[in-house]
This record gives sequence, structure tokens and C-alpha cells, in this order.
Amino acid sequence: MKNENLYKYILGIADNSLILGQRLGELCGHGPSLETDIACTNLSLDLLGQVRSYYQYAAKIVGDGKTEDDIAMLRTEREYINVLLVEQPNTDFAYSMGRQFLFDVYHLLVLNELQKSKDLTLAAIATKSIKEVSYHKRFSTDWIKRLGDGTEESNKRMQAAIDDLWTYTDELFHQTEADKAMVAEGIGVDVTKLKDAYYQEVSDILQEATLTVPESKYFQKGGKQGVHTEHMGFLLAELQYMQRAYPNMEW
Amino acid sequence: MTTIEQNIDPILIAILEKVSDPEIPVLSIMDMGVVRSAVIENDIVKVQITPTYSGCPAMDVIGDDIKAALTKAGYTSEVELILTPAWTTDWITPRGRKALEDYGIAAPLGAVADKDVLLHGKRLVKCPQCGSTNTRMVSQFGSTACKAQFQCDDCQEPFDYFKCLK
Repeated sequence: MKNENLYKYILGIADNSLILGQRLGELCGHGPSLETDIACTNLSLDLLGQVRSYYQYAAKIVGDGKTEDDIAMLRTEREYINVLLVEQPNTDFAYSMGRQFLFDVYHLLVLNELQKSKDLTLAAIATKSIKEVSYHKRFSTDWIKRLGDGTEESNKRMQAAIDDLWTYTDELFHQTEADKAMVAEGIGVDVTKLKDAYYQEVSDILQEATLTVPESKYFQKGGKQGVHTEHMGFLLAELQYMQRAYPNMEW
Repeated sequence: MTTIEQNIDPILIAILEKVSDPEIPVLSIMDMGVVRSAVIENDIVKVQITPTYSGCPAMDVIGDDIKAALTKAGYTSEVELILTPAWTTDWITPRGRKALEDYGIAAPLGAVADKDVLLHGKRLVKCPQCGSTNTRMVSQFGSTACKAQFQCDDCQEPFDYFKCLK
């Protein structure tokens, strides 16, 4: 296809929001309180709305009649290139908030740069998304502080979640060949340049939440190459079930 | 405010004004500021609308409703969703704000006041029921992506507040 690098670059960004949106959607009806249930599904809706814009653009680039829905629902596991962080399960609310926080700080940094992209469509999507993602970051940051600086139990659970999820943070700053190509053209964001600001901000908030910043230097990776954790298969089974059981179905 | 980069053929205004927000029947899409242009080109009406929130499910319905209204008026039409410039609550007209209040939804404050309310607990939002500003935020997230949940501590009624998006 024309411009395969741009297509892959878009998927690299949008797949993160699709999978995270899916994880948040799982909390619908299962949140710890009505308020947080609604908040999490609102976040999910925002993300999926952004994903639609990205995938519609990607579908136009492919140009063979593929739709946003095909891209979202019908790829095989190794064709999704989201980072491993977003596919981690909703083990408990601390995990859900930890995953959200660690991603939101990154997401906002990326969108801040993507607004300046030479690709006007991506710049427009980023400009729009930033307003919503700032609300997301405030929400998740607030919960990190409430849980971290909360009761003995909430602190223990929040620390456990951060300790487990920390290993997925480094991958946020990896670049695929498509990423590098897009950066060279002034279209993509050079995420390697965001690493210091990210870890500084995350550490500051963790400390404010009376949590310990993990020191482990062992990091997982592979999502960006389509090699996922054991959770991805189950997630896709739910995401894709209807489309695969009833091909070409419409409302 | 709402006339920033809008290009709407005056003939079409009356038709488009009758298309309302699917959630809030008293609010016209024109007063929401989501119609950015509507022109007649070679006998086809081309309308551009811009979404409020990225995931707003009402936008598809609004697109369909615009086409239906134009068809009824005898026009063939195409509706396109554009992302730039990004929609802001600044584009809601004064008439739109009044329609929201009358319907029981508190209209958005300016950017600074909005943050003061949502993040710092200031009591600035006027209750749409009794007019008191003795109101507090219950949750930053409400029934739809654009709204937050509030409570009036004077008349005790809960109400929605339309969040400032800027």
C-alpha cells in the first residue's frame, strides 16, 4: 500500500487507545462505586472516539475498501501493535488506576507533540484528544494519590500494582522502524525524547502518594512487534466475538 | 465566538435550526456550534459538522438528522465530519446556553472558573432549579462525556453541568 509506514504509525498510537478502551469498558457495571463506574466508561468512550478518528484515517490510507471496523475487530493477535501496558487486566481497582495513570502521563506527553505534526489530520486528532486526555490524567492521578495516601490496605494494593506494572513502562519509549520513518518526516513524535519528563513526573506523583518508586531495571517489551502477553488472546476473544460469529453483521 | 470560520448559506439556516441535539430536544445544533459550514454546490448541499467530544455518539444521529431535514426540504445532501478547528464550549450561543439552563443543565463556565469548580471545589455553578450558587460537584463524570454531576445544597436537587471544553 501507499505509505505503509504512516499506516503502521497510526496503528501504533490508536491500538493503545483501543485496547485500553476495551479494558476500561470491562469495568462497566463492575466499578467499585457508581461514580467510578461511570467515570471509567466515560474514559473508555473518549478513547474509542479518538480511535475511530485514527482508524478512519488509516482505512483511507489503505484504500482497498477496508473500514475502521475491519481494522478494529478483524486483525489477528500479532497484527495489533499496542504496548503491553494497556492489555494488563483489571486485577483490582488499584491495578486499573495504576495502568491508567502510567499510560495517561505518557499519552498526554505524546499528544502535546503530535499536535505539531506535519500531517494535518493527525495534528487535528491530537488537538481534539488533548482536551479529553487531560481530564483522564487528572482522574487517574487523583486516584493514585487517594489510594497511595489512603488506608494501609489501599497503600499496599496500590504499591503492589505499581510494582507489577512498572516493568511495562520502558516499552512506551521504544520505536519501530515505521515510528522512526515518521519522525524523520516530521509527522511522528520522537518518544525517546519524552522518557526523562515521563519518569520525573511519574516519580513525583508516586512520592506525593506516599508510594515507593520501583527500582527494578528489568522491563518487558514485545507489544509493538505484535508479541503480546498471555492476556491479549482472551481480550481479543471478547472484542472480536460478535464480528467473527456473525460476519458482516450490522445494526 | 460562534461565527469563527463558519460558512453557512442563509437559505439553509432555517432548516438547520430545526435540527436539534438528540439528547436535548430544546437545543438546536446551530446553537451548539457544531455546524461549521453549509453550502450549495452543483445542487448538492454540503454540510460540515464538528464533533463535541471524540466519542460523542450523538454525532452520527445528528448527521442523519441533518440529511433527513434537508431531504424533506427537497435537497440532496452530504454531511462531513471535520476535526479542525476543534470544537469548544465557547461556540455555544447565548440562546443555546439559555436552552440548556431552561432544560435543567447548567451551562459551562469559562475555562478558569470551570477548573476552579471541577478541581478546587469552588461554588460558582448556579443551580438550574433554584438559582443558588451553593452547589457542589458530585463527580467530574456524568451521564454523558460532556457533563459532570452536581448537587444543590439549598434545594437538594441533583443536576448536570456541561463541562467547559477549551
